[in-house]
Amino acid sequence: MTTFTVINFTLLTILTVTALVIARLRALYEAAMLTALSSLVTASLFVLMDAVDVAFTEAAVGVGISTVLLLGVLALTRSREAVTPRHRHLPAIAVTALTGGLLVYAAQDLPAFGSADSPVQRHPVTEVYLHQSQKEIGVPNTVTAVLASYRALDTLGELVVVFAAGTAVLLLLGPLTHGKRRQNLDLMEYKVLRVVSSLLMPFVLVFALYVLFHGDFGPGGGFQAGVIFATGFVLHGLVFGLDKSQRVLPPAALGSLVPLGLGLFVGLGVVTMLLGGSFLDYGTLLPTGGPAAQHLGILTVEVAIGITVAAVMTSIFFAFAGRRPTR
Amino acid sequence: MIANLPVLQVLIPLGCAPLCVLLRRRSLAWLVFLMAALGSLACAAVLARQVAAHGPLHYAVGGWAPPYGIEFVVAGYNTPVLLVVSGAAVAAAVYSLGSVRTEIDDRRAPLLYTFLCLTLGGLLGLTVTGDVFNAFVFLEISSLSTYAMVALGPRRRALPAAFRYLVIGTVGATFVLIGIGLAYAVTGTLNMADLAARLAAADSDRALYAAAVFVFVGLAVKAAVFPLHAWLPGAYGEAPSTVSTFLAATSTKVALYVLCRLTFTVFGAGLVFGTMPVGRIGLLAGGLAAVAASAVACFQTDLKYLLAWSSIAQIGYILAGISLGTAAGVSAAYLHLINHAVIKASLFAAAGLVLVRLGSVQLSALAGLGRRMPWTFAAIVIAGLGLVGVPPTAGFAGKWALASALIEAGQWPVLVAMLVSSLLALGYIGRIVETAWFREPASVAEPSGAPASMTAVVWVLVAVSVVFGLDAALPASLAESAAEALLNGGG
Amino acid sequence: MSGTHYVYWLLFALMMIGLYVVISHGNLLKKMIGLTLFQVSVFLFFISLGKVEDGSAPIISPEVETYSHPLPQVLILTAIVVGVATLAVGLALAVRIFEAYGTVEEQDMQERDEDRHGAAS
Repeated sequence: MTTFTVINFTLLTILTVTALVIARLRALYEAAMLTALSSLVTASLFVLMDAVDVAFTEAAVGVGISTVLLLGVLALTRSREAVTPRHRHLPAIAVTALTGGLLVYAAQDLPAFGSADSPVQRHPVTEVYLHQSQKEIGVPNTVTAVLASYRALDTLGELVVVFAAGTAVLLLLGPLTHGKRRQNLDLMEYKVLRVVSSLLMPFVLVFALYVLFHGDFGPGGGFQAGVIFATGFVLHGLVFGLDKSQRVLPPAALGSLVPLGLGLFVGLGVVTMLLGGSFLDYGTLLPTGGPAAQHLGILTVEVAIGITVAAVMTSIFFAFAGRRPTR
Repeated sequence: MIANLPVLQVLIPLGCAPLCVLLRRRSLAWLVFLMAALGSLACAAVLARQVAAHGPLHYAVGGWAPPYGIEFVVAGYNTPVLLVVSGAAVAAAVYSLGSVRTEIDDRRAPLLYTFLCLTLGGLLGLTVTGDVFNAFVFLEISSLSTYAMVALGPRRRALPAAFRYLVIGTVGATFVLIGIGLAYAVTGTLNMADLAARLAAADSDRALYAAAVFVFVGLAVKAAVFPLHAWLPGAYGEAPSTVSTFLAATSTKVALYVLCRLTFTVFGAGLVFGTMPVGRIGLLAGGLAAVAASAVACFQTDLKYLLAWSSIAQIGYILAGISLGTAAGVSAAYLHLINHAVIKASLFAAAGLVLVRLGSVQLSALAGLGRRMPWTFAAIVIAGLGLVGVPPTAGFAGKWALASALIEAGQWPVLVAMLVSSLLALGYIGRIVETAWFREPASVAEPSGAPASMTAVVWVLVAVSVVFGLDAALPASLAESAAEALLNGGG
Repeated sequence: MSGTHYVYWLLFALMMIGLYVVISHGNLLKKMIGLTLFQVSVFLFFISLGKVEDGSAPIISPEVETYSHPLPQVLILTAIVVGVATLAVGLALAVRIFEAYGTVEEQDMQERDEDRHGAAS
């Protein structure tokens, strides 16, 4: 047994045990914290399986955004779960047994984990994405190349989903609904926090920019950068109060940034069509075509993603945090 | 720009969505949605003509040839769906002019139009895409927007209905994702045509069967196939009228189309109907849905819930047609899909009209109003007869085709289930008629006037359903070419 | 099948725990937590398909020979984002439900709807 297997097995076991504990816990604050822990373990597993970009995103989303949202909602609702009645268990057991059985049946024919000879590795796309992409696109991080160029349409779809979620939260909880607004959060009294976070703030923002523009060469990209940017504002909001945060970044400005990023992405696609290529064919952006044009396209896309994601995540946080508890 | 039509079909509504947010005015956002709907209808019409004349169209997004990039495919099997979805969007857009004003305040209306644009774009993308993972992304775009729109319903019960839909829908989508993962594990590709070629080579594969089961179950949840329909009555019953009109004509239909597309052009009819018992299970589920859901519809006290249960029964008919796996069956399924979209949209639109005029859609509130609102109820009765399948309505054409296909395949029990279901449909439509004309009015209050836009849409839809019944040439030719494209692997 | 299948077994167990929580629990927040667990295990399953033994992250550099496959990673990046979007909308709905019903338990919501319905008719 190799070291890899030992670490992998241990992490997977920790993850499963954590999930079991979460399933049994009726105290929801504790369950939320354990969910954050399981995200952290998941992120480590992603690193172990060479998916550094995914690990980065999972850490930012699972540990950061999801946890903040869950805790925010718990503060607004009840934090203790009622006992699950016995009669609800039976259908759940039936469904999970069937699904699990089917998965086990399927796994008999799945290729061995880590095999270099599986259908996934043998398929011609592997060669194109790993090696030909260096000539066609010239970006060392092949995840970025596939994400922003070969499968750019999926990424546009992802951005549309983010946009939809931001708009949905605005619709449900935003300043448009009747509930009373809350201005101050509980962390404002702590002086140390205020000093530390005002020191941290510029670094968070610079780091976000680094992640945004370094996505071609290392892990990172528009989405991660957007989330980090938003985290900066979440921190600001928690420590200095929503009122002050919203003065720095007024809701009206956020409201126009949300559609702006999506518009930029779609606009890029329209430009490539007007230049005679197909939708999102970056090769048409420069007369020379090739990697330089691809770079330009990818950079525009990353910036577009960064703008919308940062604006959506920040406005989702403002919407949840600004809600006054109705107890 | 003609060459770019397949992508414009999806891009126009998606691009209009951020515009609706930016404009922030009800009338402007409405105009944007109307333009998006008209634009996509125009695209769909041109594409349908092109496909009929020159065969399937392939579009490589980003200029990357499949399977390295994502491709859009427009062929005989999806042009009818594009026409139905964008046509329903135009109807919903005109209808919303009067309807949304009565249900949603000025500040939230632009956001509703944003979600209508997103749902439209998502459903159209799901229809044209030739890549399974891309299909998952479009599925989520349309679903997430739909959850938000359902939550806008006028009653507080809309909120739990939306939540329920969100949880069930997300589990369904995750099942689809597991299925995609298993298929990817044994083939290494996501492109539908490439998958089909590689799956044929890896035939006796257990992972492959499981992949098919996961994808089918996930899509069956999205299509509200009995017994996975739990989300539908609440979602359709509680959503704002415009939204239920649009969704009733489109969302489950697109999921059924994707089911067809994957069955015939990816997994292959031989695997699905030969090796796996999917055909028999589909016929059983379809037959059960037709009887059980129609029976439940008879006991509803709310007009919109009644119509929603009737939708579950009609989905059963369509599923039964697909499950036959024959050209006649699939063509009948498409025909019924088109006709039912028109009929159910007109009924939900009429229900919205009743809601505006009476402030309620409880059956008890309709008592004795047949004489005071003769036109509204006439529309409900004509469309309702279409649901029952009385000749010469559009519903009859679809049911007749389905019945012949069932007889041809010797599926007598399913045929009996369909007949029983039609009798039950006569029962619930009869109940509306009985309440409206033969009961004493509960109150003396005059029903208020109706916005012209809503009345116009109801009557245009009813007229279309009658025309499709009298002269079924257009829908029948669409349905036949769809069945041919699917069964001969065209595309 | 081989000795490396332990990865799949543990991931499937994790998936089923998540699915079980979604179906059996009546608390809306717990349902969302269950949904997150269910989705995350599916994400891990996808990533495990791209892993190559002794491979490294698919960032091309002259010193590296073997890379894991980038495509599953791209797909899962998209799927994670879709997942958090769904979570945000679900939680926002839960807050509104609490404001309207005073509870986030499915059981209590149904009872309160029936009460009101009974009182109205």
